[in-house]
Amino acid sequence: MISCSAIRKNYGKIPALNNISFEVQKGEIFGLIGPDGAGKTTFFRILTTLILADEGSATVNGYDVVRSYESVRKCVGYMPGRFSLYQDLTVAENLEFFATVFNTSIQENYDLIRDIYQQIEPFKHRRAGKLSGGMKQKLALSCALIHKPTVLFLDEPTTGVDPVSRKEFWGMLKRLQHQGITILVSTPYMDEAGLCDRIALIQRGSFLSIDTPAGIVAGFRKRLFSVHSQSMSQLLKDLRGLAFVESCYAFGDSHHITLKEQANTITSESIQLQLHQMGHQHVVVREIQAGIEDCFMELSNQ
Amino acid sequence: MDKVIVAEQLTKQFGHFTAVDHISFEVERGEIFGFLGANGAGKTTAMRMLCGLSLPTSGKARVAGFDIATQTELVKQNIGYMSQKFALYDELTVAENIRLYAGIYDVPKNDIQIRTHELLQRLGFESERNTFVHSLPLGWKQKLAFSVAIIHQPRIVFLDEPTGGVDPVTRRQFWEMIYEATDRGITAFVTTHYMDEAEYCNRVSVMVDGKIAAMDSPAQLRKDFNAKTMDDVFHQLARNASRKAE
Repeated sequence: MISCSAIRKNYGKIPALNNISFEVQKGEIFGLIGPDGAGKTTFFRILTTLILADEGSATVNGYDVVRSYESVRKCVGYMPGRFSLYQDLTVAENLEFFATVFNTSIQENYDLIRDIYQQIEPFKHRRAGKLSGGMKQKLALSCALIHKPTVLFLDEPTTGVDPVSRKEFWGMLKRLQHQGITILVSTPYMDEAGLCDRIALIQRGSFLSIDTPAGIVAGFRKRLFSVHSQSMSQLLKDLRGLAFVESCYAFGDSHHITLKEQANTITSESIQLQLHQMGHQHVVVREIQAGIEDCFMELSNQ
Repeated sequence: MDKVIVAEQLTKQFGHFTAVDHISFEVERGEIFGFLGANGAGKTTAMRMLCGLSLPTSGKARVAGFDIATQTELVKQNIGYMSQKFALYDELTVAENIRLYAGIYDVPKNDIQIRTHELLQRLGFESERNTFVHSLPLGWKQKLAFSVAIIHQPRIVFLDEPTGGVDPVTRRQFWEMIYEATDRGITAFVTTHYMDEAEYCNRVSVMVDGKIAAMDSPAQLRKDFNAKTMDDVFHQLARNASRKAE
């Protein structure tokens, strides 16, 4: 449904995208996972025909994003990272406007947006600029869907959104997927990666890896341990001082450490013993499977 | 005990809407206090009152020893503030940003040079002294933004979603900077949507519908809510919020 080949884009001398190639299948939720400045927005803007790549080519729904840009625009829905609806129009007027621009009506495609739009319909006469963040997000999604696009581009729809609302938003995306819509979504939240069918980890304009979330996790080759003790900030320093530890980072209520390659005789028990000898109390050490965030950190260090 | 924030029945109403509903809490010197809540729960309104930017409808609070209703200017002079959305002037150099913030916060002229030098040295930024901030990598900007927010050595620094959108490594380095600052006696008041970061706080409060629904150490909250993670605690508290649409 989306296909890219060797896309490159520079802003002046600064490379924003570096040789990006990938494909998204029909009906997939594909996640672009990476921090601010990684190139996610630039990539979205190229695929939605808003800017031109310096090199490479891309098609969306079979249409070339340069030669057939008009056809692309008709079949994609785009929700930019920054709220870009008309602040002085009401909720209903914004939706009406987008329906009309795409030569359709709210009634015609109401089924598609019902779930989402019903939540803001009680406020339909309120100006968009006066809506709360969560309501703006729902209106923006409704407007991006009103012409029944085949591909939906969502640029950081959940940034700055609390965990409960984020979960609800992903519930909406799953329901759209069941209606056959292909979704390319970007996020800086690593915990959302697991909700995608496939993901690309992106940093500094390059894809670090493309795979299913499970595939990315399976690709983590190092041994990983989670370590907890009574004094977490001292533990961080002490773990980094150990000769066999390669990296050590805080992960919520524990620290995650990776071991150097030659340290294959180390076990949870031996780490525990060593930390006890250094004066740590209530030490818990477990060998664990990596998560997406561990993988991202490991790949971005290479 | 040295208390940097004492809030008693702090309340803010906008017309008939009670954004912040009689919240009471205390934050101690050197503490990292996590201020959590769903969008629309009243966090920003509460934080604006504590920073002396908005007057309470009722109730009172003292921040850094000053009354937030009657001594707003003194409050502002004695706190630091940083948000991910805005922190530094892109079109100024590193040294100019430091000088600007130090000037705004009334750091004595002779001290500005010394502190600029110390700061650049501690961050390892000496070679970037005359670099425009817009061309710094994000992680460097974060570190600089935090450092200028505490250039006047305030008793407390308010960090409003300081790590939103930041890559995982930089996010952790940022927290290590918070630890260093709190080791020096500065208090950190932090909002975040990353629930793993809630674990890095000494204590957290969770706001729901304008009230503080829970407040304790992360470990105790997990125990009380019979939850494995803070994410789970947050969901249990926030999913029944009536102000969901916000």
